[in-house]
Amino acid sequence: MDISTKKSDAPPPVSPPSETEQKRAARGVTRPGDRVFLGLSRGSGIFLLVIMAAIAAFLTYRSVIAISKDESNFLTTFEWNPTAVPPSFGIAVLVYGTVISSIIAMVIAVPIAVGIALFITHYAPRRLGGPLSYVIDLLAAVPSIVYGLWGALVLAPQLIGLFGWLDDYFGWTGILDWQGGAPRSLFTVGILLAIMILPIITSVSREVFRQAPQMHQEAALALGATRWEVIRMSVLPFGRSGVISASMLGLGRALGETMAVATVLSPSFEINASLLDPGGGTFAQNIASKFSEASEMGRDALIASGLVLFVITLLVNGGARMIIARRAEYSGANA
Amino acid sequence: MAKRIDVSGLSAYYSSFRAIEDISMAIEPRSVTAFIGPSGCGKSTFLRTLNRMHEVTPGGRVEGKVMLDDENLYGAGIDPVSVRREVGMVFQRPNPFPTMSVFDNVAAGLRLNGSYKKSELGDIVEKSLKGANLWNEVKDRLNKPGSGLSGGQQQRLCIARAIAVEPKVLLMDEPCSALDPISTLAIEDLIGELKERFTIVIVTHNMQQAARVSDRTAFFNLSAVGQPGKLIEIDDTERIFSNPSVQATEDYISGRFG
Repeated sequence: MDISTKKSDAPPPVSPPSETEQKRAARGVTRPGDRVFLGLSRGSGIFLLVIMAAIAAFLTYRSVIAISKDESNFLTTFEWNPTAVPPSFGIAVLVYGTVISSIIAMVIAVPIAVGIALFITHYAPRRLGGPLSYVIDLLAAVPSIVYGLWGALVLAPQLIGLFGWLDDYFGWTGILDWQGGAPRSLFTVGILLAIMILPIITSVSREVFRQAPQMHQEAALALGATRWEVIRMSVLPFGRSGVISASMLGLGRALGETMAVATVLSPSFEINASLLDPGGGTFAQNIASKFSEASEMGRDALIASGLVLFVITLLVNGGARMIIARRAEYSGANA
Repeated sequence: MAKRIDVSGLSAYYSSFRAIEDISMAIEPRSVTAFIGPSGCGKSTFLRTLNRMHEVTPGGRVEGKVMLDDENLYGAGIDPVSVRREVGMVFQRPNPFPTMSVFDNVAAGLRLNGSYKKSELGDIVEKSLKGANLWNEVKDRLNKPGSGLSGGQQQRLCIARAIAVEPKVLLMDEPCSALDPISTLAIEDLIGELKERFTIVIVTHNMQQAARVSDRTAFFNLSAVGQPGKLIEIDDTERIFSNPSVQATEDYISGRFG
């Protein structure tokens, strides 16, 4: 029997349905499974926002306490004495050290990671590509304190030769001038961070390159492109936004890396013109090495520096999104 | 400019599987040759051996000879890259480079082949787009992404890209199968114009299309699934569709199988 005839045959309802009942009928049937899933997924979304807000509120509240007591300029002071009377501390050295070591890491890691990813997806025979990907993923599983120990005990002594060479040929630039101190400088940290962020950038780029559409690679081939030209015309443009995202993931790790930096760097509260001379510091390293012995005022000061790191990370992520969005029209995802 | 193709004793393999067996045929310059036959009979595979695209597939391998005028494409010391610059190809699904503008798509092949002055490049792009009957539709948006065009326009953009490098031969692998009838008509008209300048080989599943656009038609078939595809016959299109010399061709064309 047809539903419409069934309705017309049915006796009229005793009382007209209430307004809410009518609304519910208009929305159709809701099944319990749908409602549970909706609740769970909406709840997860809200939970994430609440956590973010809580972190931001905590950092801001404690930072305001600290900065209001700071006698010197929080942004420009080369000093960290929150327990002095009056307290005097600033983040200039930390901003410089964090940004410079991360830039060095990115400059080294991104080209190498893209190269490895292209090799695995487009050059290496399958028998070699598989194990190679596995080894690189394994690098990501090494704990950062282990990287720190290796960096301090193995990498740093090995860099003496490189530092001497850089000083001989590029010492005149000032930034690569080396006084002969222990090679536990921001440059060493940058190299170590490069090794640490290599796996994440490589594996994300690899997945993106692997998805480059066959039809565009064939289009390039059919025009008489060599293998490199195929990559340049169809694979790299397709993977561009993915490589940027991968680099941002890596940069996020480099900016926030704590134990490895704290183990390798010999810190000081000054900015050296040279990248090779020891000294300087990063946000995370400074917090880690001072937190356990800090007074309450000291802790609040460290939290204030943590807030700045939080803001820098947000800015970097926002910047990356803008770069990706600006060229969305030409994105490979439109294919 | 257009060149003659002479294939003799050509077989193509996917690893150990032989997809097509012992094919010999001549393809005349400045004409349209259509390949028809059931799915899996190897007509696309055969087409891809003509510009050495078959060997790009993992395990792809070719035996036999393909002469382009008097040069064997599979001869010793022949670079597949330079073969593909002489033998252009248009694919089943329109595949303009999504990250490039309309202009850059057409110029892509030229930029691979050498350096051109900006004005020179502009002239060739305009000429190629006119040749592909697309100029009037895109002349005001040469700098917009190629992926913003309609499917039929994208396919004509791909044809413009292929003819911009002045190939000797143009291969088309079911170029209209993803298009609506009006876009199909536009491409078919275009094929009629292009055959004045190029040797054209087209694979099609649409027999009316083969009858409409081609001068010669080749019928491929396979005896059973898992067996290699073979060339059954090649003849003037008119003859194939009116009075083919092999019974299997007539059965296929009139819709009677087996």
